[in-house]
Amino acid sequence: MNDDLGLWTVLLAVIGGAIRVSTPFLFVSLGETITERSGRINLGLEGTLVFGAMSAYATAVVTDSPWAGVAVAGLAGGGFGLLHGFICRFPRVNDVAIGIALMLFGSGLAFFLGKPFIQPSAPPLPAIPLGFWSDTPQVQAALRVNVLFLVGAALAVFLWWAFRNTKAGLIVRVVGDSADAARAMGYDVDRVRLLATAVGGVLAGIGGAYLSLYYPGSWNEGISSGQGLMAVALVIFARWNPLACFGAALLFGGAGALGPALQSVGISQGYYLFYAAPYVLTLALLIATSSPDRALAGAPGELSLK
Amino acid sequence: MAADTTAPALPLAEPVPGAPNRPPAALQARAWLARRAEVVAIPVGAVVAGFGLFSLFLLVLGKSPVDFVNLVWRGGFGSPFALQNSLQRAAPLLFAALCVALPARLGLVVIGGEGAIVLGGVAAAAAAQPLQGWPATLAVPLMALAAAGAGALWIGAVGALRAYRGVNETIASLLMSYIAIALSNHLIEGVLRDPGSLNKPSTWPIGEAFAVGPLPGLDVHWGLGVGAIVCLAAYLLTERTTTGFAARIAGGNVRAAQIQGLPVGRLVVGFTALGGACAALAGFFEVAAVHGNANASLNAGFGYTGILVAFLARHNPLGIMPVAFLLGGIEASSGLIQRRMQLPDATVLVLEGLLFLVVLLSETLYGRFKIFSPHLWAEKRETSNGAAAAA
Repeated sequence: MNDDLGLWTVLLAVIGGAIRVSTPFLFVSLGETITERSGRINLGLEGTLVFGAMSAYATAVVTDSPWAGVAVAGLAGGGFGLLHGFICRFPRVNDVAIGIALMLFGSGLAFFLGKPFIQPSAPPLPAIPLGFWSDTPQVQAALRVNVLFLVGAALAVFLWWAFRNTKAGLIVRVVGDSADAARAMGYDVDRVRLLATAVGGVLAGIGGAYLSLYYPGSWNEGISSGQGLMAVALVIFARWNPLACFGAALLFGGAGALGPALQSVGISQGYYLFYAAPYVLTLALLIATSSPDRALAGAPGELSLK
Repeated sequence: MAADTTAPALPLAEPVPGAPNRPPAALQARAWLARRAEVVAIPVGAVVAGFGLFSLFLLVLGKSPVDFVNLVWRGGFGSPFALQNSLQRAAPLLFAALCVALPARLGLVVIGGEGAIVLGGVAAAAAAQPLQGWPATLAVPLMALAAAGAGALWIGAVGALRAYRGVNETIASLLMSYIAIALSNHLIEGVLRDPGSLNKPSTWPIGEAFAVGPLPGLDVHWGLGVGAIVCLAAYLLTERTTTGFAARIAGGNVRAAQIQGLPVGRLVVGFTALGGACAALAGFFEVAAVHGNANASLNAGFGYTGILVAFLARHNPLGIMPVAFLLGGIEASSGLIQRRMQLPDATVLVLEGLLFLVVLLSETLYGRFKIFSPHLWAEKRETSNGAAAAA
């Protein structure tokens, strides 16, 4: 009976963790989906995520409003996206390498400007208690859902619809699949990619705001540890489909919650190995979904990620 | 591999159109010099521009860029003590940069060196335990071999995934790096832990007998010397052997390399494994010459600075040496800058990020300056020749 309860506790904690941990993955992967659908890859979203976390936290500390923090993080992320898009329009500049540089630059700048904000505490983002129907505290805890998670879920559905049914969605896809075709149709390829990268940056910045203002809900230099990069890998796994991104983000969230959940029931052996679970899962999925001799199904034709 | 999009033009000798006889030797020498000067002048210009942008950043914060440059000079280069400090920090950067530069020959972007460094350090410390009591001349090379083997396996696996499974090596290598760090923490806090290390979990010390000493006449450990030798060997491998030439072809155009019957898969695995072995040697020297055991200090960011070093050196192993020295000096002056200018330790990260961006942006400038492009001189000479003949 006791074991049974332990298993349920772990399961509930993983489900709750999946909802809690998945939001940054969701936002970054949706942003990266937009960018990659336009034919560019932005590996710098890891740095954008960290900078978003810092700027959101700092703004929330100063203004006492977490939503102002989210707005500033989105703006800052958009700025990084614009920078990436602007630099990549020059010939012979490699978008993957620029992404790595922006990853280092974004984190460095965030650490630099964020030093005074490690100590003070910021007001957190509000959560909606969707577990009100249950008497079990674990269920209630698992179903405390943040507003941004719901926004992200709605955004995933909207993007999935928009890529198929709106003019903007079609333009992004044409630019991503064949720059020549898009030019022949009279579209400015560089401008579409610039905007797509900027929007991707906005979403990654908001994902960072969630990290520092809700879960884990503080600002420090190890706040992201590769989540932005995992989200980029997740986009490949999700085949550039926003709805699949949502499912994959939940899966990754659950994997990330496994270690802390096991620790909460007293299994602390191999803590560091459980900590590596999301990375191992990402790698396993990458290996499973890659193919040696044909292009990835569903990949935008112009993508340099091969 | 971004083969078909960014394939560089093969550096064939440009035929001079319409010139009946070969250009005079002096002109040939100038042309040779001009082509070499381009790959020095553009990165140097980019570094200067990066410093310029960083100066603006400092001015916005109300700090003096002149003070900053002054302190970098004093902290990194201005005295024998500062120089030795810089060289000490350059040593791991040499190895870490090779982990990026060697796979780059094949058009691969590997950024997981940090994990190989940590894993190499842990492997060296673990190997030291069963070797206790052995003569150091035998045990220390074996420790280095254990480290190199672990690194080769780790990054070589990334290469194998790329070659045989089509997995993107950039993302895979960084994921492997995080996994390596988690695994190393697990070992350092678990089976390999010295129970005596209370505040900072560490492995058992490797012992005085196995400590790697300083270079003769210097206060810099042997990692610098070995690093320089390995850079030289990497240069010879990539520029002076058929294997290196085959790797360059495969990096330029995979399809062409396959048609030529080159073993692209084995080249990819071999070069990534070599890169991983190099990075792991940085970890070995950090353990054997600096810390004396493996602990969390191994995860100090050398792998990430190494990426910048490799890109700044344009993946040329000889270029890595001066660039590693420069960045080692900047990092060595970090403490002085923090104390004197009341700037946080991340200042150096901001500078490095800016340098990285500007250097990548400068890629677009190659071939745009007439002074570096001898084939553009020929046109001018031809027209002036024509004018002379007409007169």
